[in-house]
Amino acid sequence: MFGGLDLYGTSMTPRSRPDREPQDPTTARRHWLAVLARAPRERLEAAIAAIDPAPAWSRLRGPEIGMVMVRGRTGGDGAPFNLGEMTVTRCTVALPCGSVGHAYIAGRDHRRAELAALCDALLQTSLFARLNAAFVEVEARRQAEARLEARRRAAATRVEFHTLARMG
Amino acid sequence: MLRRGFADPVHEAQAAFRALLEATAQPGTLVRLPEPETPPPLAPAAAAIALALCDAETPLWLSAALATEPVRTWLRFHVGSSLVADPQAAAFAFAAGDEAPFERLAIGTDEAPERSSTLVLTVSAFGEGTALRLAGPGVETETVVAVAGVGTSFVAWRARNHALYPRGVDVLLVAGDRAMALPRTTLIREV
Repeated sequence: MFGGLDLYGTSMTPRSRPDREPQDPTTARRHWLAVLARAPRERLEAAIAAIDPAPAWSRLRGPEIGMVMVRGRTGGDGAPFNLGEMTVTRCTVALPCGSVGHAYIAGRDHRRAELAALCDALLQTSLFARLNAAFVEVEARRQAEARLEARRRAAATRVEFHTLARMG
Repeated sequence: MLRRGFADPVHEAQAAFRALLEATAQPGTLVRLPEPETPPPLAPAAAAIALALCDAETPLWLSAALATEPVRTWLRFHVGSSLVADPQAAAFAFAAGDEAPFERLAIGTDEAPERSSTLVLTVSAFGEGTALRLAGPGVETETVVAVAGVGTSFVAWRARNHALYPRGVDVLLVAGDRAMALPRTTLIREV
């Protein structure tokens, strides 16, 4: 429905590290969009609720559910192939000041998509510094820790296979 | 600022499609289309046609007066179509009055007459102005409609267009939230 969104394919550039200050605005926005797309709904609710005065916004599109084709790459030459479709919810909102925020999230949580889009719109306004420090940075760190933890648990179960060279 | 499209995207797009089907089956009939939030100077009915009939696979052409940045942004976001510079390459061409690129639109081929452009022409009003006598499929004997701001060369171009059958350009006239279809088969004479 949303066309071939290249989630893990050729267009993916290395994710910017949360501990490093992103340089140009596109890099910065890519970083917070990635964090918002993975943020759980309760945390997004809490981040928005903490903003005073409460922001007003209107929906430009959605939230609506659709499918995107996830592409992978084969080993070696890296030729792209279609891995399969995943469910995605997208939403676009606008603030009264004209700032437009987008969100594409995995799954079918309408509210989460709308809040993520709202955060994206707010991060493009003068609220950036506050919202970034209070929410994006914290959430990025939490997600990095969760990733590390998952990797640690997986690494603990690693089995090394050795191939014996045949003699003669 | 970017505006939203239809308030109820699925049902309003279906209603617009149904109304346009009705209009095309009976040339000269005025239909009212659901109104999206439209960036001026795009007519609400023209915007509804874009939302209901166009998508990423239908290249659009805009006349100079309509090709403002808000309109282009709105179409790119809500419709997802590519905007082309050559009307020949467009599946739908949006123009107002005399700006229509009559002779530069795609007319299709004898083998594939459906690969022609559809012209969405914004006029100033229905029910006044030039009186046009319509005849052809979908019109029992003949019917007279009045259209203001259709452009000076419109009737002469339609006569040439009619002679191209089965090739030719289909026209949708729009003003405000109303639309009228003049498919290629409709014979138009000035009263």
